[in-house]
Amino acid sequence: MKQYLLSIYQPDGDPPPPEVLEPIMRDIEAVDAEMRAAGAWVFTGGLHPPDTATVLRADGGGVLVTDGPFAEGKEHIGGFWIIRAPDLDAALDWARKATAACKLPVEVRPMVDRTEG
Amino acid sequence: MQAAGRGPADGRQDRGLTLPGPAPGPALGDIERVFRAEYGRAVAVLTRVFGDIDTAEDAVQDAFAEAARRWPSAGLPPSPAGWIITTARNRAIDRLRREAARDAKQGQAALLHEQDDSAEEGPVRDDRLRLIFTCCHPALGTAARVALTLRLLGGLTTAEIAHAFLVPEPTMAQRLVRAKAKIRDAGIPYRVPAEADLPARLSGVLAVVYLIFNEGYTASSGDQLARADLCAEAIRLGRLLARLMPDEPEVLGLLALMLLTESRRAARTSPDGALVLLADQDRSRWDRALIAEGRALVRQCLRRGQPGPYQIQAAINAVHSDAPLAAATDWEQILRLYDQLLVVAPSPVVALNRAVAVAELDGPAAALALVDDLDSSNLDRYYLFHAIRADLLRRLGRRAEADAAYDTAITQTGNAAERAHLALAKQQLSQPDGVAEGERQERGDRGPGIVDPESPGSSPSDDEGRRRA
Repeated sequence: MKQYLLSIYQPDGDPPPPEVLEPIMRDIEAVDAEMRAAGAWVFTGGLHPPDTATVLRADGGGVLVTDGPFAEGKEHIGGFWIIRAPDLDAALDWARKATAACKLPVEVRPMVDRTEG
Repeated sequence: MQAAGRGPADGRQDRGLTLPGPAPGPALGDIERVFRAEYGRAVAVLTRVFGDIDTAEDAVQDAFAEAARRWPSAGLPPSPAGWIITTARNRAIDRLRREAARDAKQGQAALLHEQDDSAEEGPVRDDRLRLIFTCCHPALGTAARVALTLRLLGGLTTAEIAHAFLVPEPTMAQRLVRAKAKIRDAGIPYRVPAEADLPARLSGVLAVVYLIFNEGYTASSGDQLARADLCAEAIRLGRLLARLMPDEPEVLGLLALMLLTESRRAARTSPDGALVLLADQDRSRWDRALIAEGRALVRQCLRRGQPGPYQIQAAINAVHSDAPLAAATDWEQILRLYDQLLVVAPSPVVALNRAVAVAELDGPAAALALVDDLDSSNLDRYYLFHAIRADLLRRLGRRAEADAAYDTAITQTGNAAERAHLALAKQQLSQPDGVAEGERQERGDRGPGIVDPESPGSSPSDDEGRRRA
């Protein structure tokens, strides 16, 4: 089994109003539950907005600490799953459900398998 | 970390088939023939056995190098394909053992994956099908799908593919290495998709084959009107798919479409290399055998009553093939087929081609009204949109507008023969008989692009496939 990172690309700015957000959160939780039931779920997390981020960078002898996300952009990762899947097609099937639930683009990336070498 | 999983095959130049020493006579041609016919099959089997494309390619190339040394003196073995597969498998095992001994994890993994499979000729057909679905996986970019399909199933060398698509060889080599790395690292499966996913996945495969054909038919840039080798390769892949999936009407439809289009190749170019439009072609130069084969396929697949875009386009081409003279073309039937095509595969390109049929039935004014109604945002960079407008304007005697439309069309095609043809048409506008010339009801054999639901502008992925480095 390989592991895949499914990340949700969320546009910066205010979240949608509760009447929009609540059904989305319910759908996301349903996908989450389905992943757990299928044994595909490894980990999941939702993130605070990118302006809560702090970036640290080793710089010469010291470490530079700066406010804000590392990459300037109009969208940032808003949440993610780590799932277990036999192959990319299976991972894409979960990502299909994930993007349908959160109504945002979902990126699928294979994780390096330590046993692969 | 990414580099850690890579085997020695990455970055290695592929060798294609290099024959050592002086030409040993007729066997050389035999070996090349076997190579062309069996390369894809051998790579497909070995990929299944070892679970790794690079391992499979290296082994098959080793086996062909061995064949080139042996066969000229020993003669062809009774089953050349079986010999290649067995030899490749033994070579792969030798190589993997050496790598495993050096603690290369990939060698160990591939050896572990190696399956005992003595019936090498049995499931072979499925292996090629598996391989083509892997090569055309939607997670790969269009350009990568095309390159992988030509490389792994067609056995073309990286240099040949680079040459055909006018990109530098290192660019193409890198494209192939990246695509193979993605297949391995992302875990793109090596299997025929499940029934539920098959229609969508199959249409992706057919799009790749048709893209190869289109590129060969009307090279999107360069001096040659057509690159016959790409057409031949696309037809070979089309025949393979038709053998492997005889119950899929769109597979037969695509093959029919390619055969009927190909049947006009000789008539499409004048001795001096200029483009000859469908209406002006010497129909005695059409290839009757290809037409007969294409027409039989059209009948065969339409009987199933599941019309799809390729079948309908093939049917349109069959109607053209029916007409002994351009003037005898059954435009009403063609218009009906375009109406049907607009239902199953609506796109501005199809609507544009439908307008060409309308021009023949209801005159250029009616057609121009349709063309000008199309959303030009998708078509503005499509040279045929401007070429067809120019032609309609010319036939209506609106010379200044026709002239401008020809200019735009000329800037939008990179194909020299097409440019020359458009320049000639533009030049004829200013001649005294320019309008009279227009009354000849010139119609274009615009190539498959004209009836291609996936033509430029209709989908971003197609643009990627056509992008040139």
